[in-house]
Amino acid sequence: MQATANGAQRARLVIVGNGMVGHHCVEQLIERGATARFELHVFGEERQRAYDRVHLSEYFTGSCAETLALCAPDYYSRHGVHLHLGEAVLDIDRERRELVTAEGRLGYDQLILATGSYPFVPPIEGSSGNARLVYRTLEDLDAIRAAAADARRGVVVGGGLLGLEAANALKSLGLEAHVVEFAPRLMPVQLDSEGGAALKARIEALGVGVHLSRATQSISAGEQYRYRMNFDGGEHLETDLIVFSAGIRPQDALGRACGLEIAARGGVVIDSQCGTCDPRIFAIGECASWNGSVFGLVAPGYAMARNLAARLLGEAADDFTGADMSTKLKLLGVDVGSIGDAHGATPGSRSYRFIDEANSVYRRLVVDASGKHVLGAVLVGDNSYYDTLLQYAQNGIALPADPAALILPQGGGAPALGADALPDSATICSCHNVSKGAVCAAIDSGCADLAAVKGCTKAASGCGGCAALLKQVFEHELTARGVTVDKSLCEHFAYTRQELYGLVRVEGIRTFGELLERHGKGHVGCDICKPAVGNILASCWNQPIMDPALVPLQDTNDTFMANMQKNGTYSVVPRIPGGEITPQKLIVIGQVAQKYDLYTKITGGQRIDLFGAQLHELPLIWGELIAAGFETGHAYGKSTRTVKSCVGSTWCRYGVQDSVAMALRLEERYKGLRSPHKLKFAVSGCTRECAEAQSKDIGVIATDKGWNLYVCGNGGMRPRHAELFATDLDDQTLVRLIDRVLMFYIRTADKLQRTSVWREGLEGGLDYLKQVVIDDSLGLATELEAQMQQVVDRYECEWANALGDPEKLKRFRTFVNDQRADPDVHFVRERGQRRPAAPLQLIPTHEEAM
Amino acid sequence: MNLSNTAVASETRWQAVCQASDLVADSGVVVWHEGEQVALFYLPGQGRELYAVGNRDPRSGANIIGRGLVGNLSGEIVVAAPLYKQHFCLDSGRCLEDPGQALRVWPARLSAGRVELSLG
Repeated sequence: MQATANGAQRARLVIVGNGMVGHHCVEQLIERGATARFELHVFGEERQRAYDRVHLSEYFTGSCAETLALCAPDYYSRHGVHLHLGEAVLDIDRERRELVTAEGRLGYDQLILATGSYPFVPPIEGSSGNARLVYRTLEDLDAIRAAAADARRGVVVGGGLLGLEAANALKSLGLEAHVVEFAPRLMPVQLDSEGGAALKARIEALGVGVHLSRATQSISAGEQYRYRMNFDGGEHLETDLIVFSAGIRPQDALGRACGLEIAARGGVVIDSQCGTCDPRIFAIGECASWNGSVFGLVAPGYAMARNLAARLLGEAADDFTGADMSTKLKLLGVDVGSIGDAHGATPGSRSYRFIDEANSVYRRLVVDASGKHVLGAVLVGDNSYYDTLLQYAQNGIALPADPAALILPQGGGAPALGADALPDSATICSCHNVSKGAVCAAIDSGCADLAAVKGCTKAASGCGGCAALLKQVFEHELTARGVTVDKSLCEHFAYTRQELYGLVRVEGIRTFGELLERHGKGHVGCDICKPAVGNILASCWNQPIMDPALVPLQDTNDTFMANMQKNGTYSVVPRIPGGEITPQKLIVIGQVAQKYDLYTKITGGQRIDLFGAQLHELPLIWGELIAAGFETGHAYGKSTRTVKSCVGSTWCRYGVQDSVAMALRLEERYKGLRSPHKLKFAVSGCTRECAEAQSKDIGVIATDKGWNLYVCGNGGMRPRHAELFATDLDDQTLVRLIDRVLMFYIRTADKLQRTSVWREGLEGGLDYLKQVVIDDSLGLATELEAQMQQVVDRYECEWANALGDPEKLKRFRTFVNDQRADPDVHFVRERGQRRPAAPLQLIPTHEEAM
Repeated sequence: MNLSNTAVASETRWQAVCQASDLVADSGVVVWHEGEQVALFYLPGQGRELYAVGNRDPRSGANIIGRGLVGNLSGEIVVAAPLYKQHFCLDSGRCLEDPGQALRVWPARLSAGRVELSLG
């Protein structure tokens, strides 16, 4: 390291600290072309380059240091920034304008302190080792993980935002988690007492112990567990480890040592331009104190970084004027929101409250004395109200006549504030400070799609919480400008799926290449149009999807005729029509699962899913299944999945028709049918509806005269009851109507549109569908039936077809030049079966946090 | 860097990893190459026909890139990772959606019926 600043051309700017705010500052500097004027040096105490502390708990549920990193490994070097990692700055020599590390000294012209904060650990007798863990850095998390290895119970001291995060982390490590809080409620800063109570009830329901108004006096050896925490008042709690999350303290040691002004409650004192008492030194983020306050959230730190970067480059820059501490997060899976003056501390303010003790839901709206404007809000249990309330609070939008309506249950959350009601100054993205006006400007400067607006403004690229609002504003603004929203499939086809379906059928097109040449652009296509066209071709002509011309079109699940799981292995689902299976076949499935050590689970569609097969094992597994008489279950395709059935009149005392026989007939007919999205069927033998047919795309319920047909139902994320379509049908008519409904859906639905959504978008609704299908108002009925018959006649089991063709089997090799299995696939055993080992578990626990 | 190093570096050494017949047109296969998993994508008839990139998906941690769908987005040849569908530029390994992710890339060529990767 050189001791002198570099020549006269470029001033040397040093940033001490490589956390989220320090990194953001570097990004802002680079973006503004700072490297032309400054020689940039960044010092980080940790070995790891800047990472996302907001999503730290994901480290225990699948993320690694690399996925949490905020930039590519070569980001700094690519921009000529000198990054010194694992090199703590020990001292700042303000007189000689040099900083000191263990490696030597480095001169600076200007210096930015971004050293962040450290966890506060109250001095408690007996607290050391695993009874004195903290939750701040990746190293801290490694220590927690190590301590949890042989632990059963863990306690977090501190019931604030970070403490509950830490409790979540302990829970995801498989520990019984407890939270001990000194205050009489959880999240005392953000919540009032009713909100705290609702949160406590919710968290306790998740099995996390909550202990309020407890001060830990000492820690001694435990009897049942390793430690015993002794509270004042005589109570105690035993535990194997203790994580302290009782607040943060600004990391201001460097500033203190070199004589910068320090605030009474800690932190390097800064003015509104982030300047300290030394004109060459600045401070940003959690190490800085502005107006007596330290801001422990990312957004204010980013704002400081942004303002300072602009100022250092001589651009017009905003002053830092404090921060909105509004917060919306998911803690332990519970929605918690806090906006503005959540406690109603403003003189004259009044509150509206909604309390639902049965469901532990709480909402409070704080309005000003005039009753015209929102000052703040508290939300527990349902954050769907947050965005609208925040817009009211931030933009001073006048309240409706009955403000209580904003927090009363609406079914769909608070009445959404339309995009047109927002003023241009309304903040859309608070992470990157993007206003509605900036979004409009981006559209006017030529951003034609949402991705371009995101790229140009950076909106929705921070925590992502504003993505839905951004889309709404974008589409509203486009419409306002008279632009029709482009419905092209992708950049290669300026057609909708329906239009492409028509072209394929009318022109008899059989391959993707042919369609692309006649009606598309380019020579390759993409991952949107290729599977969509592959699906249309299969719906129309039902060629085997393993035909060489079709293989490159399929998504990986269709290509390998199995369902890829999170660790890259596959699950295998043999068809079990109607859920009926002989003992002999059941034994074969068991034997195959045992032989290949496959995790076995019964599906909701009355069949059996076998998990954990590697690519090269698929043909071997299917060879055995097919030899025993099984066929592919198409669980991987946008196609018919299952026909669920109850046992029906053959066994059931209530049954009025043979529902199993009808289920078999339907599954036999429609198996292998490719459609815009998956199709689920069910047949119930009587009106008791044990097969749950009314939640299926096609539902059939027996009557004493025949069958009632229900269509376009759905379970899953957006449940929809199927609608009664026709009654008392005989077997043949039933099948004819189903033929027509399904083919009409396949012709006219959008890509990846389930029947329920298709039906809701159908102009004329159910009556129109009845006219087309039952009354044949379009004269299409014969054609629809003929097309279905063609697909049915061409059915063959794709797996049987592939096993007979060595050329097709070539693809089922993990490595084409080596016999080994994927060495990175690891399993652990749980409840007598294997499952993917932990590092690959990817369950985002934290929707968003700021 | 001294002179002899410069001389060596300028002369790319190639190693055969599999037969050209192992490739699948318009699609990917995976080879084991010196302890690494390399996904090979073959696009016959295109300007550049062969690409070699790392098989590990940085987002999921699973070795699946070779099973992704190949496409062309705004003029760049890309592969869509099968689990979370983010796109990687086959030429540079750059991720279109997230600059924090990238795939390693290898120079690759077809030579005398075999696929060769650069060792340089």
